[in-house]
Amino acid sequence: MFRTPEGKDIFVVDGHTHFWDGSPENQKNIHGKQFIDCFYAYHTGLSPKDQLWEKSKFEKYSADDLYRDLFIDGPDDVAIVQSTYLKDFYKNGFNTIERNAEVAKRHPERFIVNGAFDPRDGEKALEYIHFLKETYDVKGVKMYTAEWNGASKGWKLTDPDAYKCFELCDKLGIRNIHVHKGPTIIPLSKDAFDVHDVDYAATDFQGLNWIIEHCGLPRLDDFCWIATQETNVYGGLAVALPFIHSRPRYFGEVIAELLFWLGPEKILFGSDYAIWTPRWLVEKFWAYQIPEDIAAERGVQLTEEIKEKILGLNAARLYNIDVEAKKKALASSPFSIAAE
Amino acid sequence: MATASVSGGREKELWRRLGEVNDPELDEPITEMGFVERAKMTSDGSVEIDFRLPTYWCSPNFAFLMLDGVRKALDQLSWAPAYRVKLHDHMFAEEVNRGMEAGKTFGDIFAELAEDQDLGALRETFRMKAFKRRQEAVLRGLKAHSLTDREIVGMELPAYDVARFEPGEATKQKPRYRAALLERFPDRRVDDPVFMTWEGHGIPAGALGAYLAELRAVRVNMEFNGALCRGLKQTRYKELDVVDGEPTLVDFIMDRVPARAAPTA
Repeated sequence: MFRTPEGKDIFVVDGHTHFWDGSPENQKNIHGKQFIDCFYAYHTGLSPKDQLWEKSKFEKYSADDLYRDLFIDGPDDVAIVQSTYLKDFYKNGFNTIERNAEVAKRHPERFIVNGAFDPRDGEKALEYIHFLKETYDVKGVKMYTAEWNGASKGWKLTDPDAYKCFELCDKLGIRNIHVHKGPTIIPLSKDAFDVHDVDYAATDFQGLNWIIEHCGLPRLDDFCWIATQETNVYGGLAVALPFIHSRPRYFGEVIAELLFWLGPEKILFGSDYAIWTPRWLVEKFWAYQIPEDIAAERGVQLTEEIKEKILGLNAARLYNIDVEAKKKALASSPFSIAAE
Repeated sequence: MATASVSGGREKELWRRLGEVNDPELDEPITEMGFVERAKMTSDGSVEIDFRLPTYWCSPNFAFLMLDGVRKALDQLSWAPAYRVKLHDHMFAEEVNRGMEAGKTFGDIFAELAEDQDLGALRETFRMKAFKRRQEAVLRGLKAHSLTDREIVGMELPAYDVARFEPGEATKQKPRYRAALLERFPDRRVDDPVFMTWEGHGIPAGALGAYLAELRAVRVNMEFNGALCRGLKQTRYKELDVVDGEPTLVDFIMDRVPARAAPTA
């Protein structure tokens, strides 16, 4: 719960968190090292100075760190933990569902654990989706289209194998498909984070919600265009939000575009923990106003009502969280972590 | 003395040429982005360049476009030196370095992986984005100077050339937009409007607001990359340390390429 300076309680769903192991012991090769190094550079590049972590803690933090940063020091009521396997880079995977389910076990009321699958595994992927549903009753999955798999250096949502997987998700009621569409990196020739495949997938699977993490940045215009056409496409603020600290005017331009095109119902807060911690992000977001000239040009405002939707109510809708009931339940089960 | 001034002049020329190479995705000089970590001239005049991007994962086709730009810039040096260009700490560094040395094209280097990648089309896309970003900065500068939309869209080159802004983005982009305009429309007539769409249409005064909003979206994307790349570049190989009670980032790789030595003048 986030308490505003005026004393109002705001319900917060953190749509994008991780519990990873990027430690040297778990790294399989140079790619594993470079992957966590790149995350660390995001962390050091965009965090306020007083929020910086040491490298070793960043590589592998404890379950207690996570509870504290999200729920005790942090304002999250509910956190969605995403799974990202990266088994080509890490011996035990980077951020598997087993690891996430383990951390969620102690406080199941606080967590939504999402799965992940790789359509390139063919039949095995379909079996795995069944397994995810039966074992963890997942409500959502995280797709990472730039993940390596043998000789393949990426895939598209429109690949025939991917469509088979989404058909199954639809059938099993796994409704929330989070898709990482972020800064341009690998693979080689094609841009694996190009957003146009979202357009087709969202049209063909109307029963699924497509949450595009990082809003497709740096392809915000393409993303906005698609999200405007498709009623079931949403934008996740992870990575865009930290700019609120280092380049607040720039963040104003991004959020104004999103409000103008998508509207306030389709934008979701996400800290991308542990790249960033939610407390400072939510505090700054609550205090933030879009610069006047930008707001006037786009005819949008970031009102308190809209902030409340972005911080929690929108995600609650997608994950069928009864906000009032959840607030009561959480209030009656105070949070604790193991004594240090 | 004479030798020293010759080498000083050459060094300036070298950095000037390198400064003309842009990151295609950001439309900003690679020297300003800090990608040229080291440019060294040996006593016989030959040149060594060490190049490093913000992450190990940066798109290899962009890396190649920049290195190709560096190669072309070095080919233009007045003393025609031998040179060596090396990409460091990139997932495809080995392939790129070997291919560059052999004078290969991107398609040759990555024959299997590049598939149907057409770098020509990619270059064209980046030219368009740069055109729009530069144009937007100047248009916003003119609007800030209280010119009416009609005056702005009707402006011709002579008036453009004498326009002055306060130091800032518009001032920086004004000559760059001019260059992009002449490159895009080499056959333009002197009384053609300065502000045209990339496709070559004039902009009606009543549509300038909507057009600017469209340009803003292009810039928002490019700035995202720019800000991210700068942040990542600055902090690559840095770790948290506490100095005098203050959290600080310090270099942790001791054998990294020394910081670039750009001439002061």
